[in-house]
Amino acid sequence: MNNTELELLKIIADMEGTPSGAFNIRANGGLADRKVTENIDIRTKTDKPGIDIIVKPGTKGEKVHIPVIISETGLSDLVYNDFIIGENADVEIVAGCGIHNCGSENSGHDGVHTFFIGKNAKVKYVEKHYGDSDGDGKNIMNPTTIVNIDDGGYMEMETTQIKGINSTKRVTKSRLSDNATLIIHEKLMTHADQYAETDFTVDLDGENSSAHVVSRSVAKDNSSQLFLSKINGNNICNGHTECDAIIMDNAHVSAIPQISANHIDASLIHEAAIGKIAGEQLVKLMTLGLSEKQAEEQIVNGFLK
Amino acid sequence: MLELKNICFEAETENGVKQILKDVSLKIEDGFVVITGPNGGGKSTLAKVIAGIITPTSGRILLDGEDITNLSITERARKGISFAFQQPVRFKGITVHDLISLASGKDISVTDACAYLSQVGLCARDYINREVNASLSGGELKRIEIATVLARSTKVSLFDEPEAGIDLWSFNNLIKVFEKMHDTLGGSVIIISHQERILNIADKVIVIANGSIKQEGEKEEILPELLGKANVACKVLTDNC
Ligand SMILES: Nc1ncnc2c1ncn2[C@@H]1O[C@H](COP(=O)(O)OP(=O)(O)O)[C@@H](O)[C@H]1O
Ligand SMILES: [Mg+2]
Repeated sequence: MNNTELELLKIIADMEGTPSGAFNIRANGGLADRKVTENIDIRTKTDKPGIDIIVKPGTKGEKVHIPVIISETGLSDLVYNDFIIGENADVEIVAGCGIHNCGSENSGHDGVHTFFIGKNAKVKYVEKHYGDSDGDGKNIMNPTTIVNIDDGGYMEMETTQIKGINSTKRVTKSRLSDNATLIIHEKLMTHADQYAETDFTVDLDGENSSAHVVSRSVAKDNSSQLFLSKINGNNICNGHTECDAIIMDNAHVSAIPQISANHIDASLIHEAAIGKIAGEQLVKLMTLGLSEKQAEEQIVNGFLK
Repeated sequence: MLELKNICFEAETENGVKQILKDVSLKIEDGFVVITGPNGGGKSTLAKVIAGIITPTSGRILLDGEDITNLSITERARKGISFAFQQPVRFKGITVHDLISLASGKDISVTDACAYLSQVGLCARDYINREVNASLSGGELKRIEIATVLARSTKVSLFDEPEAGIDLWSFNNLIKVFEKMHDTLGGSVIIISHQERILNIADKVIVIANGSIKQEGEKEEILPELLGKANVACKVLTDNC
């Protein structure tokens, strides 16, 4: 692995050296390295590109890293990853995709991640998307995440895209059974002419299921963002979708939350707020000696922290 | 020394132009100065003029003889003016530690940041990593605001009604903090306040009403009259009841 690739791994998966648990590194469309543990197996799919990550029931406190990196220009990668999480397991999965595009052709990674979370299992899923370019090639990522949570299961999903992705369309579909919980935190920043679209759908099918979808984003320069979030309450359930965006320069942001209650005991809330940085926030930080530009940076960094 | 020369500020309102500050001239020497006066008199406006948040319609502001009228908020802050807002600002994601670090101008340790919080009566450990957002109460926010000015340690420190929303116990400590600040920093500590106990520690008291300075002098001259008047006003009220 070269230095650029190691740097990408550090940014997207907090990996320095070999992680202690199971991992699978995919680089430029092929397997670069893999380790499995007694409780976590990783197998290459035989019918299509991608892997199965299989966590044994009852596995506690293990972490799996499955980063994808692309450092060749003009490479388009498509993978199907399935996560089969056994009953009562409690694990953290760190995914992420980093592209270093040094040429003039477009590079891209499209992943379809499907989760099967067993009864009472708990998963924390962290995903970072990052790109940088030396040339004029564009970095494109279109991840799809499909989440199925069985009775009493819990998933917390943290997705971050802060830099360097020219175009992204992120689709997340989820279905929750009885007493299942889904929490999504999305952080997004776009700049220059970037485009980012997020499309969340949550079906609260189970009794006492609950979902909390929170997106915080900053749109700078001429970039644009579209935030779609649909929560369907099909049982006694709680659903909350929240989009909070800062708009700067000539950017565009649209937020379209949609909540549908199909059960008398479904309780659903949506909130969406878009606005520029509050003038009084800038003023306060300037009275501490920051320039307007520094104040802006601090406010944006804090907002996306 | 801070000097205001013939400061006027006019603002457009529904009923035409309103004169909010009318030819205010003032010399603030090093020491402890309290500005008081009725609500709506123009005290906060004056403070914002000093900090550079409001540009006066006319008049000049001098800091140690240097004309700072045309300097920005940032430039004045860097020259040593600090300002604790009457209504502190909330930030999503910025923590108390972040804010105190920004105020002190360097990455300060948790221990040092906590020292400022303790001074304003906040149990530091509970607050240091909290976001300065809507989850903080008005009184908590107000104390954090004061802590940011303490962390800056500049030659001019301006506090706009620091006592508002602060409980009695903390208030006693706060007075000690202001006194200590004045002893250790030198420079000018300027407090906008209605509190008799704060007025009592002032070297100089300035009364602003209706956009102009009504009285200015040693507390010994001003206070008896000020408090006497208040008593009269109260008596009138009781009589009416
Ligand atoms: N930008 C403005 N436009 C119109 N009226 C203002 C503006 N700023 C302040 N005022 C008015 O000026 C007066 C003085 O306000 P302020 O300085 O906040 O008083 P104080 O702090 O003494 O209570 C008030 O009547 C207030 O409503
Ligand atoms: Mg005021």
